[in-house]
Amino acid sequence: MSAVLFFIAAIGVISGAVGVVVLRNPFYSVLALVAHLLSLAVLFLLLRAEFVAAVQVVVYAGAVMVLYVFVVAYVGGESDSLGERLRGAGHGPGASRLRLGGAILAGALLVELLIALLGTGLEAIGGYGAGYAPGPEAYGTPAYIGKLLLTRFLLAFEIASFLLLIAAVGGVVLARRRGGLEDEDGREALTPLDLLRPRGTGTMAEGVGRRPS
Amino acid sequence: MSIAWYLAVSAIVFSLGALGVMTRRNPLVVLLCLELMLNGANLALIAFSRMWGNGDGQILAIVVMTVAACEVCIGLGMIVAIYRRRLPIDVDELRELQG
Repeated sequence: MSAVLFFIAAIGVISGAVGVVVLRNPFYSVLALVAHLLSLAVLFLLLRAEFVAAVQVVVYAGAVMVLYVFVVAYVGGESDSLGERLRGAGHGPGASRLRLGGAILAGALLVELLIALLGTGLEAIGGYGAGYAPGPEAYGTPAYIGKLLLTRFLLAFEIASFLLLIAAVGGVVLARRRGGLEDEDGREALTPLDLLRPRGTGTMAEGVGRRPS
Repeated sequence: MSIAWYLAVSAIVFSLGALGVMTRRNPLVVLLCLELMLNGANLALIAFSRMWGNGDGQILAIVVMTVAACEVCIGLGMIVAIYRRRLPIDVDELRELQG
């Protein structure tokens, strides 16, 4: 049973990854990554990492991918498929050789990783993992992870929270509207309703600084 | 399934992500492929954690997820800023960092 589930999830993981790399439209790439993440959560469950699987589905496939979809919808833009990239259609004479070199490097990386991971002398790699006893605080449950995070890994936990704070501030600073960057037609014209409405009524338009003059 | 199968899947996912980072030119897709590489590393971490029956690998995987979320936040902010300046969304054209 677990072998069947493993192969279904592994095929989902790998085909999702191939889809991300190969698909032409960035929107479809994001959807392929969502499928990849959901299959990966099944693999995590098979490895008895219940809390990490739940976090993967809720945070990664839920929140982060929604952010990606928003930005893809905002920026848009077509991207050429991998085949055209490999042929280097119209991007200079050296482009196709560079793409081919990238593909060869990735293949070499795969061979090297497989040799490094599977060719080790570790006998435990062929095993099925350490013993597992179900229970309220068994390996991988939220209680187990929470206890580790708040005792042995408290410093890593705090540093990660500071990192999130810094990234949030950085994201706001990077993506804010700067003066003089947007063009004239970006500003919307006043509607008659703006002139009729008394000032200071607390509308959303006033909140972003658009006031009838 | 033995741990080796999970490690093989993680190596394949990592290499696919590296292939995407090296060949795609849309920065959005490059960020997606970086996520693939981080996910491959996460799978290896959790497989090794299961191998020893020790929770340290799972904690490291959660920290990697945090770092990935930060990277997405900053990377997408940069892409939005590039788009606002009407610059091409293409990593081959964006060679200079000067504003």
